[in-house]
Amino acid sequence: MKKIPAKSLRPAVLVATRKGAFILKGDAQRRKWTVSEPLFLGNTVHHMVQDPRDPKTILLAARTGHLGPTVYRSTDAGRSWKESEKPPAFRKAAEGEKGRVVDHVFWLTPGHASEPGVWLAGTSPHGLFRTEDGGRTWQGVDGFNENPKRGEWCGGDPTPDGPKTHSINIDPRDKDHIYMGFSSGGVMETNDGGRTWRHLIDGLDVVEGFGKEDPRVHDPHCVRLHPADPDRLYQQNHCGIYRLDRPSEKWVRVGRNMPKAVGDIGFPMVVHPRDPDAAWVFPMDGTQAWPRTSPGGKPAVYGTKDAGKTWKRLDRGLPRSNAWFTVKRQAMAADGLAPVGLYFGATHGEVWGSRDEGRSWSRLAAYLPHIYAVETAALPR
Amino acid sequence: MKVIIPSSLRVYTGGLARVDADGATVADLISELDRRYPGFRFRVIDEQDALRPHIRVSVNAEVVADLAAPLSPGDEVALIQAFSGG
Repeated sequence: MKKIPAKSLRPAVLVATRKGAFILKGDAQRRKWTVSEPLFLGNTVHHMVQDPRDPKTILLAARTGHLGPTVYRSTDAGRSWKESEKPPAFRKAAEGEKGRVVDHVFWLTPGHASEPGVWLAGTSPHGLFRTEDGGRTWQGVDGFNENPKRGEWCGGDPTPDGPKTHSINIDPRDKDHIYMGFSSGGVMETNDGGRTWRHLIDGLDVVEGFGKEDPRVHDPHCVRLHPADPDRLYQQNHCGIYRLDRPSEKWVRVGRNMPKAVGDIGFPMVVHPRDPDAAWVFPMDGTQAWPRTSPGGKPAVYGTKDAGKTWKRLDRGLPRSNAWFTVKRQAMAADGLAPVGLYFGATHGEVWGSRDEGRSWSRLAAYLPHIYAVETAALPR
Repeated sequence: MKVIIPSSLRVYTGGLARVDADGATVADLISELDRRYPGFRFRVIDEQDALRPHIRVSVNAEVVADLAAPLSPGDEVALIQAFSGG
């Protein structure tokens, strides 16, 4: 593969929306941003992700209101796209059995650095799929999809748009060690590349009235393994913000340290690319009717630099009042630059960015469709 | 027989809104279209061999629910995008 010279790359934000995808390209200073024409206009795009092993490759998960789910892939940094020849699909059920149907591909994760061409995909309903040819053909991971215990693991309390397999985190030290999140179904871990699985839900709260021992009622909204310390995971859960330091198996609710008036409910979880003690969340209102909007109509990012012991409100530049943002679990991301750039997309179609680790914010784009996911990338000018 | 292709599937047919194809049943016809236009079938029929929820098929303007519905030369088959929300 021909490498792109690093100096010709520019920061980019890949935005997946309910009505198509968009690519925001920034200048080297991340001050000026341009918005591309829509990609796959009218398609519901749940995720668009660049391959860090081959920056010219981008995968995009899409479906339309009428047609079944598929994956598109670009090998020229988004200039042209080809559809997967064999998109993720469950096995055909035996005669007399009810088979499962992939409604949409929800999550895409590039594989381990040692396995070029490998990607993993999480679907709704719950399913895990793997490609070894850069997204051309996908196979189910039988250890999960066909496991007879699967029904006991997840799916007890489906989320409104269907149960979702998400937060696929691969340990950079071991390609076979993978964490995943299930909404609902808790957090699971495999040490053998997906053949066998076990839950990691100790310490996590659940909605009052449910039993904590039942993994099906656990709802981790977003789980991130820290790339600089793969023994550390952060999680934004339906019931709080947590940190897990392996080999411990007990999550600690670090969201207890958030201001009481804001709470620790939200969707996204973002980690610093280099500092294992630094992470960010975007709190939402989880009171009464669960509006899932910015508490008090005052949107803010909260950041920690001490692994969740303390949190700082980061809202300079964001609207001060009457702004009812909702930021979904895939819709906030960090770049790898210094200082770190942070980006989030809201359901009302705005993309906001910070080039100083959250201290100040500016609006990068507006009037886009309902934003589902935001990922950072580095693309040719 | 004539097959009417809805707008969302014309990306597979090179923009053609109508194509000629054959098949003894609706399922056969869609498989034939998939052979000609790879990827076509999975967007219309799921992995359990059921028509996608928002796709309808009509034969001579009559909606058919069964993919095993027989077809005859001279039939006009339409794949239709059903209403699917805003």
